[in-house]
Amino acid sequence: MKAKLSINIGKLKLKNPVMAASGTFGYAEEFSGFMDLKKLGAVVSKTITLRPRQGNPPPRTCETPAGMLNSIGLENPGLDAFINCKLPVLVKTGVPVIVSIASESGWPEFVELAGCLDKLKEVAAIEINISCPNIRSTKHKAQSVKLISQDPKATYEVVKAVRRATAKTLITKLSPNVTDITEMAMAAERAGSDAVSLINTVTGMSVDVATRQPKIACVTGGLSGPAIRPIAVRMVWEVYRKIKIPIIGMGGIMDTASALEFFMAGASAISIGTANFINPRAAAEIITGLERFLIKNKIKDIRQLIGSVKSEN
Amino acid sequence: MKEKVFQESIKIIAKENLGADYFKLSLSSPKISHSAKPGQFVELRVSDANIPLLRRPLGVHRVEGNTFEVLCEIVGKGTELLSKKEPGDFLDVIGPLGNGFDCDLPSAARQLPILVAGGMGVAPLIFLAEKLAERKTKNSKFKIKVLIGAKTKSHILCEKEFKKLGCKVKIATDDGSRGFRGKATDLLKKELSTVSCQLATVYTCGPQAMLKAVAKLSGAHNLPAQVSLEAHMSCGFGACLGCVVDTKDGYKRVCKEGPVFWADDIIWG
Repeated sequence: MKAKLSINIGKLKLKNPVMAASGTFGYAEEFSGFMDLKKLGAVVSKTITLRPRQGNPPPRTCETPAGMLNSIGLENPGLDAFINCKLPVLVKTGVPVIVSIASESGWPEFVELAGCLDKLKEVAAIEINISCPNIRSTKHKAQSVKLISQDPKATYEVVKAVRRATAKTLITKLSPNVTDITEMAMAAERAGSDAVSLINTVTGMSVDVATRQPKIACVTGGLSGPAIRPIAVRMVWEVYRKIKIPIIGMGGIMDTASALEFFMAGASAISIGTANFINPRAAAEIITGLERFLIKNKIKDIRQLIGSVKSEN
Repeated sequence: MKEKVFQESIKIIAKENLGADYFKLSLSSPKISHSAKPGQFVELRVSDANIPLLRRPLGVHRVEGNTFEVLCEIVGKGTELLSKKEPGDFLDVIGPLGNGFDCDLPSAARQLPILVAGGMGVAPLIFLAEKLAERKTKNSKFKIKVLIGAKTKSHILCEKEFKKLGCKVKIATDDGSRGFRGKATDLLKKELSTVSCQLATVYTCGPQAMLKAVAKLSGAHNLPAQVSLEAHMSCGFGACLGCVVDTKDGYKRVCKEGPVFWADDIIWG
């Protein structure tokens, strides 16, 4: 028996539903020595902005119980250098390349980025990152600015504008730092997003008690890793019951069992993030593990698992 | 050329407690041992559980045939767990990682290596001293100077090993219980004031404050200095962009472009 792992996200056909999450896979070349990159369903680039960004000052990361905080600050070479230097490297993986984009200046920059990427056949899909917690206003260093994905109206407007700029598959990445994530997911769906990615990192903070200094230079950062997995699974489950477009689930997936939780809660695909840092073969191992699980349980198609959690409500 | 990096389950073949909170593990891996260069490091997974989550980076201390050693100080939960591993246990290891020391002595005229180690900083420098010592020939004789700084006499590491290699070793301790009372940088200051040091190259590893002082002193004497930096790392192989240091060319990853940098490229905050 063979199990079917392929899945469609908008126009994008993936041979399996496992991707490398944005910002955790470098530009893929860092991982070529550890695994056969061709095994991946897709790879999502580090988020790109129009202009180069040097990112936030160090220290940028610290370890927390079952997780880590980061405040990288979207360090990236900017759109032009990305297209010339990094995209060809990503394309060499032989799997669909999803390009993550963010704006430093409101929605017109999103439109410009999407418009440029729309012309490139190497770009399989676009993920709009409206949920990075680590871009700060320059005036108040320690104070996060309000994220687009914390406001359903702003989410709708940005997605709608980007939708007009590209015919490519559009994925909207949502923040967990909200009261009700389903509002944002529904806004993205209404505006024409082909899928939603959730969750981005959970805002957090950690203090070195010996020095009374925050452990990362920007004071607060994004928490990732197994510590946030129950939050992510809960949010996937909530969103699944409110929208029709596919959900790409992520947040602390370390192994096959944790990947399965997301499918059962309602995800059509998953992204591996922090696990890549600890086990650079994690994504490949999870793909094999999912296939084994399906065969062992005589499930013909992974789509049968989506939303299959036995919950009463 | 693309350097090869390996991820392997590696057997601990020996463990040695070195007093204070120091210990040494010998790990069996032909692949890592044969490709490691001085100043490179490995990332060890100390537990299969999610706490601690991240790997621990440790410098390659010595290489002998198919085995390599790491030197470690117990500083937190991760290193404490590592200290409880015993010979026969296996560790998930990634390595060798990073850019090590440039071991090519620039020219015949620049053949006075001075190695400055603070505390655990001796770890990669013994491997470096071995490589530098290999370059001694009949026509090119030079003496490697090693300046070791430690908290007390019981915190002095590798003195014998350096001496065995024919290095000239000087010791400084914070409490004066051995050698000079003061810092390794005090020893360096004295050393650099002598005429014979005008053609020295400085190699250093240790606490950040010491590295900064070494960089300043070397710069003041117009001597090239290579510094091995330490940083919090999440991955260790260039993916997370977490461990950057500010340089004249902007932020660089300590794990990938480093951990060894030329001192005058670093912007010492």
